[in-house]
Amino acid sequence: MYGKKVKLRFLFLSLILIVLILTIYLVLKSLEKNVVYFISPTEIKEIGEINYKKKYRIGGMVKENSIVMSTEEVNFIITDYRNEIIVKYSGVIPNLFSEKKGVVAEGFLKDRNILEASKILAKHDENYMPPEVKEALKEK
Amino acid sequence: MFDYLNPYRIFKINSTLQKIIFFCFILVLSIGLVEALFLSPEDYLQKDSVRIMYVHVPAAWISLGIFSTIALLSFSIFIFKNKNLILISKSLAPSGMLFTLIALVTGSIWGKPTWGTWWAWDARITSMLILFILYVIYLLSFRIFEDKDKSYKISSIIAIFGAINIPIIKFSVDWWSTLHQPASISLIEKSAIHSSMLVPLAIMTAAFALFSVLIFLMKYNTELIKIKNKGLKRL
Repeated sequence: MYGKKVKLRFLFLSLILIVLILTIYLVLKSLEKNVVYFISPTEIKEIGEINYKKKYRIGGMVKENSIVMSTEEVNFIITDYRNEIIVKYSGVIPNLFSEKKGVVAEGFLKDRNILEASKILAKHDENYMPPEVKEALKEK
Repeated sequence: MFDYLNPYRIFKINSTLQKIIFFCFILVLSIGLVEALFLSPEDYLQKDSVRIMYVHVPAAWISLGIFSTIALLSFSIFIFKNKNLILISKSLAPSGMLFTLIALVTGSIWGKPTWGTWWAWDARITSMLILFILYVIYLLSFRIFEDKDKSYKISSIIAIFGAINIPIIKFSVDWWSTLHQPASISLIEKSAIHSSMLVPLAIMTAAFALFSVLIFLMKYNTELIKIKNKGLKRL
């Protein structure tokens, strides 16, 4: 139906595009460490040598009943249900920060279990619903 | 039959179409805004800031859709050497750029109260910023290169290269751990957004789509006028 030239151009372009996609894929694959926004407590445990002068961003769930608030400090535990990290933080807490919700804490590690956070971000999950529906779900 | 492809005729049809679409846009937008701002319920967790989603999500969808279309057209430009396709993809770009900017700005406004930060260099947000830059470069490339024969080739290459960013934006939230939440709506699974919130989302998407069609038609007519001013009878 189409001329030989049209077909040839199509093949050539497709080939270039495939090569390009492969390249980008490999680049991203090798840069994976930089692309992830945070690491889990388990990954912290698996790091061979911890750099205490480097800021780490650790993400996970806020453990139930782990939030301890005093006048100057908030302490809580980030868990990925396998490993845990204690976070000490003083500063502004985002609205969505609460137990059993996602959180990302950024700061310096004191040792393998304690993070002195300078910033806390709350993570929102993909669920959106009115309060009444949430209540109904809870009752179930 | 070829009379239908006459630029003058297209221009006239286009002008009438613009009026109809403008009317539809205003109508759908007002319904959408009333739904989104007053009738839809607040979220159990984020309260009223969920209403930002009704602008943010449709804007992001449309901006991705438009760039995909531009990339597909650019691909065809090289294959079929059709000059009309260049005008179409060039006219599509401005509204796409606008919606990318809207998605970035509304996301930032939403991020401050919910996450606790205006901006985070996570994969989704950064790739969306790259999309915005791609739109800017794409539009600039038409202006920078005087030689019309070369300029369309360069801009089409930019669009084809940029198309690789589209799946990265879409799947960034699944591939890497990001601050941005994963997709709530999927074709196969049940939506994680309650149905009462899907209604305004759908209407706002329709409104934004109509707006980008409107801008597209206006831009396309401008291109036709430019051709006429140059004294060309056809493309």
